[in-house]
Amino acid sequence: MHDLAAITALGGSEPRVDTVADVTCTEVPDVALASVTARSSQETKAQKALTKLIGVTTPDIGRFAGDPVSAFWTGPDQWMVEAPFETHEDLAQQVKDAVGGTASVTEQTDAWTRFDLNGARVLAVLELLCPLNARKMAEGDAARAAIHHLGCFVLCHSPDAFSVYGPRSSAGSLHHTITTAMKAAL
Amino acid sequence: MTQANRLSGGLVDRNSTLSFRFDNRNYTAHPGDTLASALLANDVRLIGRSFKYHRPRGVLTAGSEEPNGIVELRTGNRQEPNTRATTAEVYEGLDARSQNRWPSLKFDALAINDRFSNFLTAGFYYKTFMWPAAFWEKLYEPIIRKAAGLGSLSMEDDPDEYDKGFRHCDLLIIGAGPAGLMAALTAGRAGSEVILADEDFALGGRLNSESFSLGDDSASDWAAATVAELSALPNVRLMPRTTVIGAFDHGIYGAVERTGDHVAALPAGKPRQILWRIYTKRALLCAGATERPIAFENNDRPGIMLASAMRTYANRFATTAAQRVAIFTNNDDGHRTAIDLRAKGVKIAAVIDVRDDAPINYDFEVLKGAQVVDTKGRLGLTFVEVALADGSRRVLECGALGVSGGWNPNVHLTCHHRGRPVWNDDLAAFVPGGDLPPGMTVAGAANGTLSTHGALLSGAEGAAKALGLKCALPDVPEAEDAAINQTPFWYVKGCARAWLDQQNDVTVKDVKLSHQEGFRSVEHLKRYTTLGMATDQGKTSNMGGLAIMAEMAGKSIPETGTTIFRPPYTPVPIATFGGRMKGQDFHPTRLTPSHYWAKERGAVFIEVGNWLRAQWFPLPGETHWRESVDREVRQTRASVGVCDCTTLGKIDVQGTDAAAFLNKVYCNGFAKLAVGKTRYGLMLREDGIAMDDGTAARLAEDHFVVTTTTANAVNVYRHMEFVRQCLFPDMDVQLISTTEAWAQYAVAGPNSRKLLQKIVDPEFDISNDAFPFMGCGNITVCGGLRARLFRISFSGELAFEIAVPSRYGDALMRRLMRDGEEFDVVPYGTEALGVMRIEKGHAAGNELNGTTTALNLGMGRMVSKKKDSIGSTLSEREGLNEPDALMMVGIKPVNADDKVTAGAHLMDASGPVDAQHDQGYVTSAAFSPSLDCHIGLAFLKNGGARQGERMRLVSPLTEENVEVEIVSAHFVDPEGERLRA
Amino acid sequence: MIIPHPLLGPRDSSEFVYLGDASLIDRPDWQAENAAEAFYDYAYLRGNPAGEHHELWYHEGGDRSWLVVTRNTVTHEISKVELARDVARAQGRSK
Repeated sequence: MHDLAAITALGGSEPRVDTVADVTCTEVPDVALASVTARSSQETKAQKALTKLIGVTTPDIGRFAGDPVSAFWTGPDQWMVEAPFETHEDLAQQVKDAVGGTASVTEQTDAWTRFDLNGARVLAVLELLCPLNARKMAEGDAARAAIHHLGCFVLCHSPDAFSVYGPRSSAGSLHHTITTAMKAAL
Repeated sequence: MTQANRLSGGLVDRNSTLSFRFDNRNYTAHPGDTLASALLANDVRLIGRSFKYHRPRGVLTAGSEEPNGIVELRTGNRQEPNTRATTAEVYEGLDARSQNRWPSLKFDALAINDRFSNFLTAGFYYKTFMWPAAFWEKLYEPIIRKAAGLGSLSMEDDPDEYDKGFRHCDLLIIGAGPAGLMAALTAGRAGSEVILADEDFALGGRLNSESFSLGDDSASDWAAATVAELSALPNVRLMPRTTVIGAFDHGIYGAVERTGDHVAALPAGKPRQILWRIYTKRALLCAGATERPIAFENNDRPGIMLASAMRTYANRFATTAAQRVAIFTNNDDGHRTAIDLRAKGVKIAAVIDVRDDAPINYDFEVLKGAQVVDTKGRLGLTFVEVALADGSRRVLECGALGVSGGWNPNVHLTCHHRGRPVWNDDLAAFVPGGDLPPGMTVAGAANGTLSTHGALLSGAEGAAKALGLKCALPDVPEAEDAAINQTPFWYVKGCARAWLDQQNDVTVKDVKLSHQEGFRSVEHLKRYTTLGMATDQGKTSNMGGLAIMAEMAGKSIPETGTTIFRPPYTPVPIATFGGRMKGQDFHPTRLTPSHYWAKERGAVFIEVGNWLRAQWFPLPGETHWRESVDREVRQTRASVGVCDCTTLGKIDVQGTDAAAFLNKVYCNGFAKLAVGKTRYGLMLREDGIAMDDGTAARLAEDHFVVTTTTANAVNVYRHMEFVRQCLFPDMDVQLISTTEAWAQYAVAGPNSRKLLQKIVDPEFDISNDAFPFMGCGNITVCGGLRARLFRISFSGELAFEIAVPSRYGDALMRRLMRDGEEFDVVPYGTEALGVMRIEKGHAAGNELNGTTTALNLGMGRMVSKKKDSIGSTLSEREGLNEPDALMMVGIKPVNADDKVTAGAHLMDASGPVDAQHDQGYVTSAAFSPSLDCHIGLAFLKNGGARQGERMRLVSPLTEENVEVEIVSAHFVDPEGERLRA
Repeated sequence: MIIPHPLLGPRDSSEFVYLGDASLIDRPDWQAENAAEAFYDYAYLRGNPAGEHHELWYHEGGDRSWLVVTRNTVTHEISKVELARDVARAQGRSK
């Protein structure tokens, strides 16, 4: 076991939690990510392997599925696989083992930072952040959206629970933008 | 102070009294008042001075079309000029001031302009201030600006916050009058997603201004009850205080919500205004209509206003401009104002109706076939002079005059895609044409349906039609359904100083003059006279100007044309467009994995794109940046230094065709690169100019990690996707950015291997034999953490780049510093990085500057002729391969104390110094601690053959003239022994 | 503007990056006899129609698909949107 200590994307040793009125923004560092892109003419096999890995049918365009290992659609024949960091720090290797030569796999764990937004009025916050029609998003929907010029993914767990993935190096700006919108909207 | 002109009834809250200030005097108002209604209630008619002639002015309207009642609100850094008193809500403590007057509103020194009005006619500035040109900036413009100012700025930063937001709906209803409310009820009850926006703080539109009833309710009660029902529907969002400012492409509307203009102090974090981008499937424009004035001599005195505005002030705000008023009208609606005012106890001096067949009324005098020919009253109306039907004159005493010239549908937003309104003879007005913005329909008065019943019905039908609803429409209450009775009448014959555009001070005489001078197109008329070009876009003036122009030309109004409107509907503060994108929040900031550590070390940071990078790390006692940078260079070259190079773009390239793909995007070959090796690659644009450079490390047969320069990371990734998807769609290659995923540090210097051996786990042999120059591979560090190691060197020293997952980057940097203590390890920043790469003669952004080719960079032979790559064909063009093409060289001052600067040009040792004799230019320069003098990289004509030549380095701008020697660009270790050590 | 993405449905044009004429897909053969002229035309010559135009847009803020958008440059009406990859294949491009 190596002896280097991790810091969160916001630079702390513990994840940051901010609450404004009834909405909470939580930094979520304990997630491992790996991208999977099917190789040419291997699309069906790659999907099959991925389905086996996440235990449910590979999510369609704009959707996510699976537990505890899940995946969301990121592009044509491309998915991002998510899993708990504790148990899946080497997720990229695990995914590569599962898909073999049918897909290209790239570790993405620390390319992203995740903030979970929870609360009854979370939609009021989201409408200040991005052009997505979040009111129409249902459980299991995943969409790309620009928040403060940052290319993010927005995942809907329920009408009052969303996850936002943004580029890790801009975690501070993204966090500032989200909490500013919370103060403005709530 | 008592509110002398406060009437009974109205929609203001009399249970509560607010105090406010206007021009440093205290007044009182009630919640629900606008600044204009409150001032009128306090018997204040004079509100401002006009733009050009400084004529005393009051309010003309009761809405956002107001040209005259323009004031400054608030004080200090919240001061806002050019705000319409007719829409500003009064709140406790509001501080407002008149503008465009000096020293005071009642005595304005520049009112002298009015006496010279014969000279200040249309085109005055064009004719007068033509020459000499130099006088414009120094003399004319400052004088004109001072005289013609519309309010003043605080010159301080605006402390308020502004937001942007995004909303979606099936149907956006613009305007919450009778048509809009009925439309919302129809669509809302049917379950559609509806947004109902209105610029007013009270929804209801004219229903709040009228005395008639809707069914069993008063009009305003019906409006309130409907709003209550709508606000209970979860699928309907009501947006009062929200102006829809523009109709943009594909159903996108812009809207400004004034969330904080009506409160004395905003809670922390709350925005003053929000700019909404509303995505709609359909939009229904229910913007109503605007009454138009009639022009007559001296028609701009305070107290002269639109008759419908007078009715709004009486019925909604319970106030009147004067206790004795007259009405001047060409239609029946003007009479309604007289009836309503009389019912509130205001005396009616007379209704002056231009029509011989005007209706009679037994409660007040109606002067049929009469016209107002002049008015009196220096700071406010006192008398009007009327020409009666029999030709005799009569003077009426009154403090206010309501003018009604008919109604213009508010077609503004229908024009935003260049739609042209069409003429309607019945209304004598323009109505929306057929070429509306796609998805927009128009209902109610905006569409020319002026009766209340008609508006209600067309709102319901409009919503149902727009959404394709099949359900039954809501019941439309009984309401006023009067036919339009009017005789078009634009101006009183013989008048000259009769104002059309009160905001820009354009008179009937100006329009006639412009016609005489040959300005026959409406667009020319506008620009010559400035009619309709003020902040109100001529909402109350364009029609009058057009009618007079038509008459002069002997044509009909539609033959003469119309001007169209453009966004925004009403003025929007720049701050609202800016939103939160200002200062630190102008763009996102990217932090490197070692940022927090570098901050602790006291690093000085520099912005590189969005990144913040450590520029140098000053030590206590170092007073000049050069001290720190020179030390960092010397220490790195002497032992070992560490630099965070995470910011370089990293793209993961995988697939069975990965190598073939790189062969396409790089001009040099990659197919034969062995696994475990890295190669420098140069990327060209299709026109043969260098685009970017970097390295590609082959981690497996079908897996490369490519680096790009920091600045070009996004562009290169985009370009590679273009090549993959658009040019070679069947290549089996997959791309994804991993820039952020890995913390990557350059470890450079003769002791770099020794330092890394303390970190890299012992099972990985990184000796020179096992891990030679340009080697690469997956390793583990610090007891098992996955990492990548590349033996590449930008500094020219024995060097490595080591990468770990970003979350461990902070810890790895601290470990490198701790374990490097025995080697006197030094962290270095971007300045030392730059100095060392110049010393080594490595090209960077300054050299890959969008004008240079591989040949210029000394890498002409790298462009493989054996394969097709982007840019290879066009790089062979003759013009890019002239014998005296620029080549990269090094330069050194002959006198070691001289400085060389980037941007300076090279000239022959003797001869003229001019552009024709230019030999090249310096792209990068630095003080080299290794050579103990300044050095530079330059592009020099035929530079490859000119080593040893002495030249002059000149910069005529800074009077620099230094003797330099042309040398190899590789100042340090030209044989490359160090990096292979 | 709103671009109807063939996979993702209507998306705000602010998510896209514009490149230009879709003729950039028709990259000439480097070994053809007239390669120099053909590349010159390819790199520099473009139509500038007032009307229907085939153009390349990149969904940078989305799924990173290159699209061929058929757009009327006068009215901004978008009549067709295809994945550039499909267009390229249909035009015979491969490896």
